[in-house]
Amino acid sequence: MNHKAFKLTLPILFGYIPLGMAFGVLFATQLDYAWWVAPLMGLVIYAGAGQILAVSLLAANAGLLEVAIAMLVLNARHLFYGLSLLGQFRGAGWRKAYLIFGLTDETYSLLTSRPRSDNRSQEQHLDFRITVLNQLYWIAGCTLGAVLGEAVAFNSTGIEFALVALFIVLTIEQLKALGDSFPVWAGAAAAGLAIMLVPATHQLVAGIVIVTTVLLIHYRKHRSNVLAGDVSRG
Amino acid sequence: MVESYYLAAFIAVSALATFATRVVPFLFFEKHTDHPLVKHIGRFLPAAVMALLATVFLQRSSGWQGQLPGADALIPAFLVIAIHLWRRNALLSIAAGTITYMAIQQTGLLQGAL
Repeated sequence: MNHKAFKLTLPILFGYIPLGMAFGVLFATQLDYAWWVAPLMGLVIYAGAGQILAVSLLAANAGLLEVAIAMLVLNARHLFYGLSLLGQFRGAGWRKAYLIFGLTDETYSLLTSRPRSDNRSQEQHLDFRITVLNQLYWIAGCTLGAVLGEAVAFNSTGIEFALVALFIVLTIEQLKALGDSFPVWAGAAAAGLAIMLVPATHQLVAGIVIVTTVLLIHYRKHRSNVLAGDVSRG
Repeated sequence: MVESYYLAAFIAVSALATFATRVVPFLFFEKHTDHPLVKHIGRFLPAAVMALLATVFLQRSSGWQGQLPGADALIPAFLVIAIHLWRRNALLSIAAGTITYMAIQQTGLLQGAL
């Protein structure tokens, strides 16, 4: 099962090491703190965009209330992620808190896309391993970046495209599993709207609010169709 | 000393705020796991979010200034789609797309001449 978890998370390894390093290098070059604070942040905060924002907030000596608000707004998209995993995490015991803590974009993507058997506890073990591996990759990246600092000779330019490619692959997998292309078009269109209308830092949350609203409308139509079907059959 | 208190408080606040956004659905919707609306959103949202993330990050990883705007990321993206539809091997599709993207970025292939 370890082998399976490793194989599933391999694309995340290629994405998280360079992104974690990008954070680490930024941390080491912009701030005067000890290097180990960077992996510590990867351990207890564990949010890519959040930690990069944290560097500029730390550099500006931002007030704690400001920090809390900035983090809440930036991570607001996660408010919706749990909805897809309510059933799957049920009864996961002590692992559940960690599974929720580790729910980054990439982990959410893997956990909601992979095929599942009926053995829920076995699947939760695998979910747990996936989440742990992903966070280890992230912490490793943060450490490397912070220790090497400016000494990093980046000829791995562009390797972070692995995450874009992962999202594309998972979109195709979702499409095949669902047999319905509507949410995919809705998601892409919501992204297009958000890119055109709002600044980069708010695009993800704006897109998710738009697409969730669309899915609510979709639900009402879906439901009235089902009800109409029941009536005509009855 | 004051400095390290600030840093500790800063990290604690950031960690709590981030965890808060992730835990909220589990706190408020746990009882409604079987409600048809929650099931509907839970079923369709992942596909929508995946397409959204793919679109947003694809747009960010491409340059829109050259003579073929966006081609530096769109070409590897189409390669990922084609190879994935052909072989349906996630690692192969991702590796092919990433290597192509890296080659384009590092050689500056699509920047001037085209």
